[in-house]
Amino acid sequence: MNIMVVGVGGQGTLLTSRIIGKTALEQGYDVKLSEVHGMAQRGGSVVTFVRFGNKVYEPVCEEGEVDILISFERLEALRYAHFLKKDGIIICNDHRIDPMTVVIGAKEYPQGIIENLQKEHKIYTINGLEIAKELGNSKVLNSVVLGLSAKHIGFKEEDWLAVIEKTVPPKTIELNKTAFKRGYEI
Amino acid sequence: MEKKIMLGNEAIARGVWEAGVKLSSAYPGTPSTEISEVLATYKEVYTEWAPNEKVALEVAIGGSIAGVRTLACMKHVGLNVASDPLYTFSYTGVNGGCVIVVADDPGLASSQNEQDTRMIARSAHIPCIEPSDSQEAKDFIKIAYEISEKYDTPVIYRTTTKLAHSQSIVELYDRVEVEDKSYTRDFTKYVMMPSSAIGRHKVVEAREISLAEDCSNLSINKAEYNDTKIGFITSGIAYQYVKEVCPNASVLKLGMVNPLPKKLIQEFASKVDTLYVFEELEPVIEEQIKSWGIQVVGKDKFTKQGEYSANLLKKVLFGTDNIVFDKAETPNRPPILCPGCPHRCVFSVLNKLKIHAAGDIGCYTLGAVAPLNVIDTTICMGASISTLHGLEKAKGKDFIKNWVAVIGDSTFLHTGINSLINMVYNKATGTVIILDNRTTGMTGHQEHAATGKTLKGEETYAIDLAELCKAVGVKNVCTIDSFDIASLERKIKESVNGAELTVIIAKAPCALLKGQKFPYKCKADAEKCKKCGMCLKIGCPALTKQADGTIKIDETMCNGCGLCAKYCKFGAIEKVEV
Repeated sequence: MNIMVVGVGGQGTLLTSRIIGKTALEQGYDVKLSEVHGMAQRGGSVVTFVRFGNKVYEPVCEEGEVDILISFERLEALRYAHFLKKDGIIICNDHRIDPMTVVIGAKEYPQGIIENLQKEHKIYTINGLEIAKELGNSKVLNSVVLGLSAKHIGFKEEDWLAVIEKTVPPKTIELNKTAFKRGYEI
Repeated sequence: MEKKIMLGNEAIARGVWEAGVKLSSAYPGTPSTEISEVLATYKEVYTEWAPNEKVALEVAIGGSIAGVRTLACMKHVGLNVASDPLYTFSYTGVNGGCVIVVADDPGLASSQNEQDTRMIARSAHIPCIEPSDSQEAKDFIKIAYEISEKYDTPVIYRTTTKLAHSQSIVELYDRVEVEDKSYTRDFTKYVMMPSSAIGRHKVVEAREISLAEDCSNLSINKAEYNDTKIGFITSGIAYQYVKEVCPNASVLKLGMVNPLPKKLIQEFASKVDTLYVFEELEPVIEEQIKSWGIQVVGKDKFTKQGEYSANLLKKVLFGTDNIVFDKAETPNRPPILCPGCPHRCVFSVLNKLKIHAAGDIGCYTLGAVAPLNVIDTTICMGASISTLHGLEKAKGKDFIKNWVAVIGDSTFLHTGINSLINMVYNKATGTVIILDNRTTGMTGHQEHAATGKTLKGEETYAIDLAELCKAVGVKNVCTIDSFDIASLERKIKESVNGAELTVIIAKAPCALLKGQKFPYKCKADAEKCKKCGMCLKIGCPALTKQADGTIKIDETMCNGCGLCAKYCKFGAIEKVEV
């Protein structure tokens, strides 16, 4: 299984991919993850990969081979949709963050991204931020998105929750579990 | 046996601990930083941040001479700073084993160039080991220490970004304590004056010849014979791409990339029909093999630039890849200064005053791009100050009337201080702005000599940057809160037009440091907004222009710093307490 998690630096994509990796590991799979650190993390477009199976060699997913593209932002879903395989799916947090090129008026934010992606791909959207805010902390957005993604990745709900419990900061365990469930139940 | 999924860098730290290492010194640099951070959590290893890589390596050399296993860690360009001790350390050799981890950055994820450390290992005649996943990253460390001690040599441990920052499964072992070696004075080995160095140069050559012979039998150089129509010689992360694309091809996987196992390579070459060398960056392996009269396919087909991938190999071998969908046209999303970043305050003032900046290495390099457009040059750590000095000495005082140098606090202590001494000594008149955000920001918040904390989190003396500047002879030193843009503007104008060297310390903690959130959110009032766009000139990602031209502030991104409000002449942005 090839999973790609994309978003804007600071949105929590790294933690999401780590939870996916750990969950797959606990199911007995060989797992590799690839992350982004350093300058690219500062509000830029960020990409992490998770691959699991009987034997995994390269830690990144190649263009044309991604099963599930999880995007924390619309434009980023569009930017990386060409990584998908023919019947790959997109999970997209329906949120817009303007890149600086748009803020300064050098470029325009593309219109109708979801509708256009729908023409070629199966896409599931979620307003993760709204749900996270409802739960009282916009930071658990990543757990909401993970919840929806988990349903398409597989494994049992309790396996995911067990890994979340071991991974997120102790004070936020219950909140993250609730957020995950909200995404999972959609 | 415990199994864990680990980052390449975490695995290296674990390997260092398991190998019984007692001392480590490093300077942060992507993609090497996490090694020291993880290593600091093991109580058996003394770990520290040094002000720069040269110091770090010299500390590791001292520890090795004393007789314990030591480590120095840095990114590829850090090895340039440490190359002075490196080349001579090759001559002296070690007492306790010493490994120098050097992380290359093909693809330039967070660096200023794509240099290949294997070239430096070759020219310094130091063995170079390269792992290809997290398990090897941990296990090869032990082999590196064994080689270091057996052959009396430092060992370079080369990683790349993909290895350092990817995670894979690792089997963990316990630490094996290594007995300290005794120290015996031996000036023919450790005092590199000409009479001793002449003798040691011979030792270096003999060592490399014997290692080159022995390494054909080294366990980390491994031939995997399968289908012999195609054979690959490869190392590091590139091995994974080969296995991904050609699981049935024969592969000679090199764990040691300097010196090369000539016998093993000759044997492998004789058994395969077409031989490929698949190595990222420079043709280090390829050129040596060709010099032995063996035909290989290498850089004529594969680029010297960037990271490799399975698709890249597939395209060359089969003329095709697996891409199904076309890449969409999308506006770029380059990295930017975070909301609430104090550097933005300084850059907004420089931008307003139309002042050029000789820049340096850190988050603030991002001041080069629109809409701030302030940084004109970035070369290496510490270069901002000396570049400004060069500009003045080339074209005179008037030429730098609209120039300053900007440098971070950690970078200033790394090598910037030397350049400042040069300015004082050689009667410069320029303006240096130290962007003091109380941390090493870009690499993820590491302590340094002016923060008052060590890598282990212990309290220590915090160097006072202002006093330091005064002590080297700068007469005009002032400290201004970075968010006090009115004072900054006044002082910068005064100093660039003045006739004396000035250091302005613009001080405010990094917005991402724990506890640095302002107790406010900024809100834009659409009624009062005149759509002038002044607030957008500061390049804060929390601000966007809506379809009707008014400004919206993303409350989840806003840090509440209030800089945008300071630039709004119409009072349309308000700081609201949260």
